[in-house]
Amino acid sequence: MTENLKVSIRNLNVFYGKKQALFDVSLNIMEKEVTSLIGPSGCGKSTLLKCINRMNDLVEICNINGQILLDSVDINEVSQDPVLLRMKVGMVFQKPNPFPKSIYDNVAFGPRLHGMTKSKEDLDNIVIQSLSKSGLYEEVKDRLYEPGTGLSGGQQQRLCIARALAVNPQILLMDEPCSALDPIATAKIEDLIAELKQQYTIVIVTHSMQQAARVSDRTAYMHMGELIETGMTKTIFSNPQHEKTQDYITGRIG
Amino acid sequence: MNNISARNKSEKRFQMYGKTAVLIAIGFLVILLFNIFSTGISAFKQTYIAVNLEIPADFDKKNINPRTELNKHFLKMFPEATTRTERRALLSLLSKGARYEFSELINQNKERSIQGYHWFLASADLDMYIKGTVKRQGDTAGRIDENQMFFIDKLLSKNLIELQANKYLLSSADSREPEMAGIRGAIIGSLYSILIAFLVSFPIAVMAAVYLEKIASKNKFSDLIETNINNLAAVPSIVFGLLGLAIFLNFFELPRSAPLVGGLTLALMTLPTIVIASRAAIKSVPPSIEEAAIGLGASKVQTIFGFTLPLAMPGILTGTIIGIAQAIGETAPLLMIGMVAFVVDVPGSPLDASTALPVQIYLWADSPERAFTERTSAAIMVLLGFLILLNLTAIYLRKKLEKKW
Repeated sequence: MTENLKVSIRNLNVFYGKKQALFDVSLNIMEKEVTSLIGPSGCGKSTLLKCINRMNDLVEICNINGQILLDSVDINEVSQDPVLLRMKVGMVFQKPNPFPKSIYDNVAFGPRLHGMTKSKEDLDNIVIQSLSKSGLYEEVKDRLYEPGTGLSGGQQQRLCIARALAVNPQILLMDEPCSALDPIATAKIEDLIAELKQQYTIVIVTHSMQQAARVSDRTAYMHMGELIETGMTKTIFSNPQHEKTQDYITGRIG
Repeated sequence: MNNISARNKSEKRFQMYGKTAVLIAIGFLVILLFNIFSTGISAFKQTYIAVNLEIPADFDKKNINPRTELNKHFLKMFPEATTRTERRALLSLLSKGARYEFSELINQNKERSIQGYHWFLASADLDMYIKGTVKRQGDTAGRIDENQMFFIDKLLSKNLIELQANKYLLSSADSREPEMAGIRGAIIGSLYSILIAFLVSFPIAVMAAVYLEKIASKNKFSDLIETNINNLAAVPSIVFGLLGLAIFLNFFELPRSAPLVGGLTLALMTLPTIVIASRAAIKSVPPSIEEAAIGLGASKVQTIFGFTLPLAMPGILTGTIIGIAQAIGETAPLLMIGMVAFVVDVPGSPLDASTALPVQIYLWADSPERAFTERTSAAIMVLLGFLILLNLTAIYLRKKLEKKW
């Protein structure tokens, strides 16, 4: 089991100013699996997710202690560059947020930024591959140079996934990726997640327990900044060990 | 039921208040524009007198006094002017500018003969009478006496007095003679000043806004700076004039009355306006776009220059143009740094002494000569034209740079 351990979070405490958001959280994330974080609003799911690619660095009043090991290296060490970390750990946000640029430029942004390609052909290939992986290529191949903001919500979210995939990450963090989408677009994203886990390690924050049950291999239930229970998704939903977990999944809280 | 009709009535009443307010505002605007246009439009025409010239081709044109030569030809047209007073009255109808026009004509036709009627600039007094600004009372009109009126009537009966396009207004600088005074010097001075004000204030203000909004940590010190910038925007402009006087003239010893100093002073005045507008524009950029860029591994600087600034640019430019439009109409700070001087040359560089449009308006409005009144309004028309142009630019830039997300 330790062989395919990808991220190991150990005794993580996060503070926003004086307010503590996460209390001593420890969680293991396995390679090429989908881990879902569930729990009521304000329980710290998104905070935990953002710690994995250090997006919390942007929040000035945020203080972190504890360890997050990515392939056994602490990502918060001084020697670790957040830019390189974010190349390895891509992120998809709650609201689709394509850049106000063409579809092509949206996907090409990361590779261009990191100087990943030498020629136009390489870049074209990356863009096409990424769009194909996110299942968008067939829909947009005739309008690659039209603005990405002109797509529908579901397409925009898949464009954002393609954009994240273009820098060839190992981990994909998804912060409620379907909360702004209709059921059909949601189904497409869920199918996509199932495909993507062949190649990527995925961590998804979701409010929908059905979604967690459908897409994830492992589930972690959080409550008030604490990690209450973690385990295989089937076990959590069929036989929760903790009373709070049971209350949540049966709809009594949250 | 009663309640509904009361609500509808109050709604109607409120709509009426709004309409009345708008109508009053439009009314004032119409009065202002009508007043300025009706006075100013006549300044674009100027009175000219035709003088019959008979100068043969072999005439020695180098060693002549243009004034006496022109007067000689003009007097020849009226043999009835015999006494000294009569001759003086006749000659006073021509402007001092006529002799320059005459010598220019001579220079253009060095080898050729000059024959027939040529038009020369008339004096401001005659101009005012022809335009009807000064009304005739018997045989006099304002500063025109009986002798002058006698010749004016003669000239008019021969159709030798005419209103033509005013060549001087847009092509020359200030002059003691109203008929020769123009606003070119003031326009160029204003353009230099606002160009310098823009070049200095825009980059400084935008960088300050970026720093305060995106880089500086929020603490008491940054709060203090923020409060002070907001207060600076409300400081009377004459105080900025004093500051410019103290810093640029007394300390750095830059040339007095120069558009360079005017521009720098206006830049000081415009800075807070642009900083405030830029901060608001930067704040309105959706954080999701910046998060997306940072999530892909862009650094803070790459995010700011790649996304934040381009997306904020329409707002920043609108604020800048509002600031510049305010600066172009500003008089008080320019008075303090000496741009209020009487300057007869069109400035060739930002280091030459110059006035600015609003200062020129102030100078002319202050002048006792009737003929400057219409020029004041004409200068205001040009200034308003500039402001409209700037606002149209702002609208165009905003439409062009606006992107949807």
